[in-house]
Amino acid sequence: MVLVFFTYFALASIAAAVLTVALKHPVHCGLALLALLLHVSGLFILLNAEFLWAVQVIVYAGAILVLYLFVLMLLNLKTDDRYFHSSYLYFLPPAALGSLYVVTLLIRSPFGGAKGDAPAVAVLQDGDTYAVGIKMFSDYLLQFEIVGVFLLGAIIGAIVLAKTPKTITDKREG
Amino acid sequence: MVPLSAYVAVSAILFITGLLGVLIRRNFIIVLMSVEIMLNAANINLVAFSYYLESMAGQLVALFIIAIAAGEAAIGLAIIIVVFRGKISTNVDEMNLLKW
Repeated sequence: MVLVFFTYFALASIAAAVLTVALKHPVHCGLALLALLLHVSGLFILLNAEFLWAVQVIVYAGAILVLYLFVLMLLNLKTDDRYFHSSYLYFLPPAALGSLYVVTLLIRSPFGGAKGDAPAVAVLQDGDTYAVGIKMFSDYLLQFEIVGVFLLGAIIGAIVLAKTPKTITDKREG
Repeated sequence: MVPLSAYVAVSAILFITGLLGVLIRRNFIIVLMSVEIMLNAANINLVAFSYYLESMAGQLVALFIIAIAAGEAAIGLAIIIVVFRGKISTNVDEMNLLKW
């Protein structure tokens, strides 16, 4: 059963990613990106990461994608005739060959390693959200605070960038 | 049981698709969307390793990546609005000045 769901989510997310890159109209690309994000969140569910699933749906699909669509509607773009790089056909065969090589290498490799301290049974006992919270506010507290400061800087930067520049418009009018 | 290498292969295909999008698309907004595809590929990788190697660290780093992606989207779209105000185009070929 897990295999069926994995196959569906994997194939659908790959198809949505290809559509995001290949479609012509930016709004259609945004909708394909939405399909990609939701299917990737399905993969998170299969991996016992319910908290990341919720964050993916709420923050990624709910906030970031809406921001993209807002900007698309604000700019009111017309689709260009030439929307690909002028010599994009030269990129495609090396990319296909390279990805084929990388995928064969990855499927053959065993990926062993030292096991950590959170097996699936222990995580499922109290829930994934509990495990993430305990780990984040004990071992990863400094990184959590750094991300908070980073987001504050991003907010201030976005406001400063998007503010109407007064001096330039004054110069143009005068 | 799905092997770990299957997740890693899906993530590699998604990453290469996003990289190809950054290289060949000319619309700045689509280039940013392709960056989001690459970040999602990295997230799949981290969560899959976190599940198979039985450690919570991967999921936490994936959470931090989502926060970074939010900041990147806000700053990138603000830059697009500034450029669009001056030039009425989001084609990356026509952006060849740092200041005008």
